[in-house]
Amino acid sequence: MPEPMGFFTDTTVCIGCKACEVACKEWNQLPAENGGIGELSGDSYDNTRKLDGIHWRHVRFIEQFKGPYDGRWLMMSDVCKHCVQAGCLEVCPTGAIIRTEFDTVVIQSDVCNGCRACIAACPFGVIDVNPVSGTAQKCTLCYDRLKVGLEPACSKACPTDSIQFGSIVELRTRAHKRVDQLKAQGVKAELYGADPEGALGGLNSFYLLVDEPEVYGLPRKPELPSSRLAKSATFSVASAAVLGVLALVGLRKRRMDEQSRGGGGGGSSNV
Amino acid sequence: MSDTFFTGAPHWTWFIIPYFFVGGLAGGAYFLAAALDWFGRPEDRPVVRTGYDVAAVGAILSGLLLTIDLGRPLRFWHMLFQSENFPAIMFKGWSPISFGAWAILLFGLFSVLSALGARAEEGRLQMPALRAVGGVVRGGVAKVVSGVGGLLGLFIAGYTGILLSVTNRPVWADSPWLGALFVASGASTGAAALILLAPARGASERTLAWLSSFDARALVVELLVLAAFIASLGSLNRVWVSFWGLLLLVGVVGFGILAPLRMHAKPAQAAKLVLLGGFLLRLATMLASEGIDRYRVAAGL
Repeated sequence: MPEPMGFFTDTTVCIGCKACEVACKEWNQLPAENGGIGELSGDSYDNTRKLDGIHWRHVRFIEQFKGPYDGRWLMMSDVCKHCVQAGCLEVCPTGAIIRTEFDTVVIQSDVCNGCRACIAACPFGVIDVNPVSGTAQKCTLCYDRLKVGLEPACSKACPTDSIQFGSIVELRTRAHKRVDQLKAQGVKAELYGADPEGALGGLNSFYLLVDEPEVYGLPRKPELPSSRLAKSATFSVASAAVLGVLALVGLRKRRMDEQSRGGGGGGSSNV
Repeated sequence: MSDTFFTGAPHWTWFIIPYFFVGGLAGGAYFLAAALDWFGRPEDRPVVRTGYDVAAVGAILSGLLLTIDLGRPLRFWHMLFQSENFPAIMFKGWSPISFGAWAILLFGLFSVLSALGARAEEGRLQMPALRAVGGVVRGGVAKVVSGVGGLLGLFIAGYTGILLSVTNRPVWADSPWLGALFVASGASTGAAALILLAPARGASERTLAWLSSFDARALVVELLVLAAFIASLGSLNRVWVSFWGLLLLVGVVGFGILAPLRMHAKPAQAAKLVLLGGFLLRLATMLASEGIDRYRVAAGL
């Protein structure tokens, strides 16, 4: 049995070259958007804007400028987090989303029927429909490459090793060392998703950040959708019970009114 | 900012919104028909029969809307059976969309059986096969079918709200009250549909009066649950600083709840407004979240 594999993304060395985006698109044969007629965002060099069914990698450009000489660009190559407790896998009604032997999360396109429940369930906004297949798609962590002993296309292409691929245990050790190194240099660095005791049981694609998670478009406390099931179901049952009682009380009152008026309305029950 | 703002919209729009409305209405109509079937009088039968018909048509329409909405409609059965291991069942008890798929199938089955039974009772079935099925759904069997179907009806009306809450999307996942709200709305719209359709089947004045009375109570429950829903959103209520907020306030609360409550003398007109309000409730709650990226900055979110 292979050990859990994943990505450690060190955002401090990302240079925003988008080689990972291109490598992902090429290897996975993802179609161009809008027939290849690109639409510029107009306010950033980030024209991909978000992860979706045809963009399984997205390099975020976060521009923090307080003045002409006081600012920085944060860059982060975003991808599916391959959560240890995955919301998408949890809700998928067709069984199309599976956990592989590498502890990664993969959507089987030949099983998915495009109901899109996984899109709403993902806490990170990673999944969307691929208009060509009509099914929900996202990063597979190059499952086909992993099966034959190759590393994923994105990390292979990354020229600065901002995206590092490997066994999760090894990556965590490396990530903690890097955080210590940065802190010693006076940089405020934190790991996001590296704690197996943390949210969603840890993320198999985790990050080193130098600002708050929200700045990078990441939720502070991602949750499983099922965490909301019990409360919502309880309130619904209560509402149904109230309406049931109202209906029955109304029918009883009607019968009593008829009896008090002299037994009009026929027998006590229908045939 | 709520963590739900970092998620993507599932594009549940122009087939799913009508489905939520039709499914809720069908479930509510069946529940009321079953209540009258069990505890009513012979004079209530026209409403009972109308309720089963509304439920059967609504269930079939619901199945069609859900199938058309899929990215790959011909794979609709993947929700019921394991596609690579047929005929093994596909079911996840913790996933509302999974148990909802089975609930719709069963609700459709029960509502069609009840509708056939009711038509056999009237002698309106011509085809021998249908007449045979309808003939079985009589007496005790009919009671059992309507009892189970009535509970399924309430379930169908409410699970759609639970389905929205069991996501990570803004508004939907930020409140646990949507399921309860949709149950109440399903009951009120189901009663309204029966008020409008049952007179043509010979419904008595007393049955219609009971329906109107129940509808008014269901609307009060709906208003209270809507208030709880809004209160539970807290600071996220800025999401209603939009067209959808206006629709919720004027269309749902004004025209769909308060106006019908004041229109006792005109039950048919009140029922039409209840139906309008029920549809607008789904429209506002769905699109307030679906399209949130378009107006969240304007709303200060």
